[in-house]
Amino acid sequence: MWRKFLDSHLFYSFRRDWVAIASFIVLSVLVLTALFAPLIAPHNPYDPSGVDLMEAETPPVWMEGGTTKFLLGTDAQGRGILSTMIYGMRTSLMIGMGAVFLQAFLGIFIGLVSGYFGGKLDGFLMRLADVQLSFSTLLVAIFAGAIFQTAFGVAKYEQMAVPLLICIIGLAEWPQIARTVRASVLAEKKKEYVEAARVIGLPSARIMLRHILPNTLSPVLVIATVQVANAVMSEAALSFLGFGMPVTRPSLGSLIKSGFEFIFSGSWWITIFPGVLLVVLILVINLLGDFMRDVLNPRLYKGK
Amino acid sequence: MSALLEVKDLDVIFSMRFGELKAVMDVNFTLESGQRLGLVGESGAGKSVTGFSIINLISRPGRIARGSIMFEGRELTTLAPEEIRKIRGDRISMIFQDPMMTLNPVLTIGVQMTETLIAHRNMTRREAEAVAVDKLKKVYIPSPERRLGQYPHELSGGMRQRIIIAIALLTDPALIIADEPTTALDVTIQAEILDLLYELTVNENMGLILITHDLAVVSQVTDRIAVMYAGRIVETGPTMDVIASPAHPYTKGLIGALPQSAGGAKRLNQIMGVMPSLYNMPGGCAFHPRCPICDETCCKNVPPLLKTGRPGNFAACFKAATREA
Amino acid sequence: MFAFLIRRIIQAILVMLIISFIGFSLKRSFGDPVRDLVGVSVSKEERDKLSEKLGLNDPAMVQYARFLKNALHGDVGQSFFYKKPALDVILSKAPATLELVFVSSLFIILLSVPAGVYAAIHPKRKLARLIMGVSTLGVSVPVFFTAIMMIYIFSVELHWMPSFGRGTLVTVFGGWKTGLLTSDGWLHLIMPAIALSSIMLPLFIRLIQAEMMEVLESEYVKFAFAKGLKRVRIFMLHAFKNTLLPVITVGGVQLGTMIAFTILTETVFNWQGMGAMFVEAVERGDTSLLVAYLVVVGVIFIIVNTLVDIVYGLVNPMIRVAGRK
Repeated sequence: MWRKFLDSHLFYSFRRDWVAIASFIVLSVLVLTALFAPLIAPHNPYDPSGVDLMEAETPPVWMEGGTTKFLLGTDAQGRGILSTMIYGMRTSLMIGMGAVFLQAFLGIFIGLVSGYFGGKLDGFLMRLADVQLSFSTLLVAIFAGAIFQTAFGVAKYEQMAVPLLICIIGLAEWPQIARTVRASVLAEKKKEYVEAARVIGLPSARIMLRHILPNTLSPVLVIATVQVANAVMSEAALSFLGFGMPVTRPSLGSLIKSGFEFIFSGSWWITIFPGVLLVVLILVINLLGDFMRDVLNPRLYKGK
Repeated sequence: MSALLEVKDLDVIFSMRFGELKAVMDVNFTLESGQRLGLVGESGAGKSVTGFSIINLISRPGRIARGSIMFEGRELTTLAPEEIRKIRGDRISMIFQDPMMTLNPVLTIGVQMTETLIAHRNMTRREAEAVAVDKLKKVYIPSPERRLGQYPHELSGGMRQRIIIAIALLTDPALIIADEPTTALDVTIQAEILDLLYELTVNENMGLILITHDLAVVSQVTDRIAVMYAGRIVETGPTMDVIASPAHPYTKGLIGALPQSAGGAKRLNQIMGVMPSLYNMPGGCAFHPRCPICDETCCKNVPPLLKTGRPGNFAACFKAATREA
Repeated sequence: MFAFLIRRIIQAILVMLIISFIGFSLKRSFGDPVRDLVGVSVSKEERDKLSEKLGLNDPAMVQYARFLKNALHGDVGQSFFYKKPALDVILSKAPATLELVFVSSLFIILLSVPAGVYAAIHPKRKLARLIMGVSTLGVSVPVFFTAIMMIYIFSVELHWMPSFGRGTLVTVFGGWKTGLLTSDGWLHLIMPAIALSSIMLPLFIRLIQAEMMEVLESEYVKFAFAKGLKRVRIFMLHAFKNTLLPVITVGGVQLGTMIAFTILTETVFNWQGMGAMFVEAVERGDTSLLVAYLVVVGVIFIIVNTLVDIVYGLVNPMIRVAGRK
């Protein structure tokens, strides 16, 4: 299988596209850093004993007043920015990927069922998908966040934040994947091997999972990649407004939020560095997504 | 009187990433007013490219690499883009293959017809509409005035193609180039459209170049044909003569492959092999790997069009002249 | 035409019902209309009396019906923070948001069309590549971060523009406080407007470029060239009108996202519009205001979607929408 990948058109195009290669390298570095955050981050910003208020608002190391202890400076509580960024990125990625797994799982399941069984179920599900597609995810997410926070109060909301965010963003975006999977299923259904499997008497689930599903995955991969970028952005927006991750366990979005006011007092690094990291993260995912879209299926995903 | 159209030594080359593709090579033919020439060949033989190159519609990465195209005494290959634009749609009209794709779905028929006249003849919309209605009548479209306000999707395939022919006639052009005009149509409609083309070109004394892969189509409309293979013309001559007794082995193969020629047998006659890819042309005569009568000369040298002994008939085959009629 | 209207009305009713139901549930569970009306320093007897008077002890369905009836009359409760009817508060904040959105949309349309069209016609030129590269970057920067960066660069470091508020306002007809008539107002408006458009603009550029490039490959565009029409007409009429269709569709969906972006932008720039009001209402637990905002957004959504559908029907003749035979 590895051999098959190396020989594939995808890998061939990848090798010749320096943008894709660079993006992949950067993304790998970022993901690995997030994964091994406790090992890589110079400090643990959420260990109260390590945080000293006297060190608050230290500038980055290359500016006057900076120290090598905090390469990128500190925030208003004395936490190292580099460390908070790394942990924040970890949270952002976790939520982003969680949301995409959820929407992929839901989308694939619904798409398979809808396409394979057809009929009224299919009609209903697709109408639902159409309606949901006409609503903006970000707006729905903001409203949902606002409503839940009003309903449960800020404290309880913060406890539930991670799974809640994953659910909100994941549930909002399943229609796209479902639609694509359904289209593939409909195309595959017509092919003879499905007819043959049915005649032999294989159970539907088996036909769907082992035979049809593998053929529908490549467009899903393209959508899923870009959706991670979208999910990370949505989560950042929610956190920035205060409907997302709390300050005690921040994502990049909430870091930007808490650092915003300090721009006016001169400590610009508190908000700018997490922001730049967020942009880089989203950018490389988008670039990879673009690359995959161009290679795997040019007619797929032109704007969103 | 000089010919309407004279194509000499035409080469069209496409510069692709992995090399140069010679889509059209050494193409020569002449057309007089009122003559109907059929450009015949399979897909990829270069006939459409030849047609497009006359009005310089070859898009990058293709270009006319060599040759001259004289139309009404003017050299088209060296004309400025603005001058060519004036000739297109005015003196030379083109008809494309699929009428549904050729007409713009969001514009009315009226707009798509009058714009040619407004662009080339500086007419007002009212004058242009009058001419349009007149041409629609010529192609036997019922209620022509109504059509002007309609959209392409409201009309049938046959009607659309007639409208496209009407568009071609709007400026009373001297030459019509028709690229597979009936391929996308129903068989029953095909015959009508071909009759229409024949009648119009004869009545208006227009030149017609009919590009097609269908021998039945050429036999119905044209008086001369040029058979193309792998970018070159391999045989020319009066249509009926060439079809009745082809001189070039490829043309022979083509005629022989027609269902009629199978004479009731279960299998159709096939030419063994396939037309070579333009990236991978064999040396010498392009047809020689599939030719039943080829010899050493054929492998090494590209045969020019040679006389076959019959009037007006030329074939690019070293053995052509020695074949019996 | 009727079918379309009926469908729209049903959809509108459905959306409003859902929103009103959510809003009602919210208010009932977490809102306190008594507190909204009289504040917190009132005795228990007074509160009970008021509860009775307001009908808060009636069964749920009755209360819901009353809620709907009131909503239709424009009464969605009282904001306890502002001590005014919620709808009044929203309406007073609406001009800020509307002006911001208006200027932003203008900016987006005026820039994205030429940029996208240019990048589609000449995709390999340096300027086109630059545009597309910047667009890919732009799509990756969250709206609020663009806003923050702009504030940092232009307000904090360069002191060119103010970083919050709307500046000097002028009241025009009926109490609409506009910032468009003063240069100070414009100075305050520029950055938020640019920030608001910072994601939608590149998105539309990419979309227009992609769609138009596809359209430029179509047969009807080739045919337009074959007719000898001027390039400007071919690009701007034949090609662009077809490009518009998917762009309009996407644009309609993006509306909701735009509303979300106004929430973000207004928060950063302390722009006293509906979006900022929404965030504050959540923070304060002002349910009436929250619900009122949901209702207003729902209405805006429906109206704009209907408009978009109508415009789409006007451009695409294959859809019979408003006023076609």
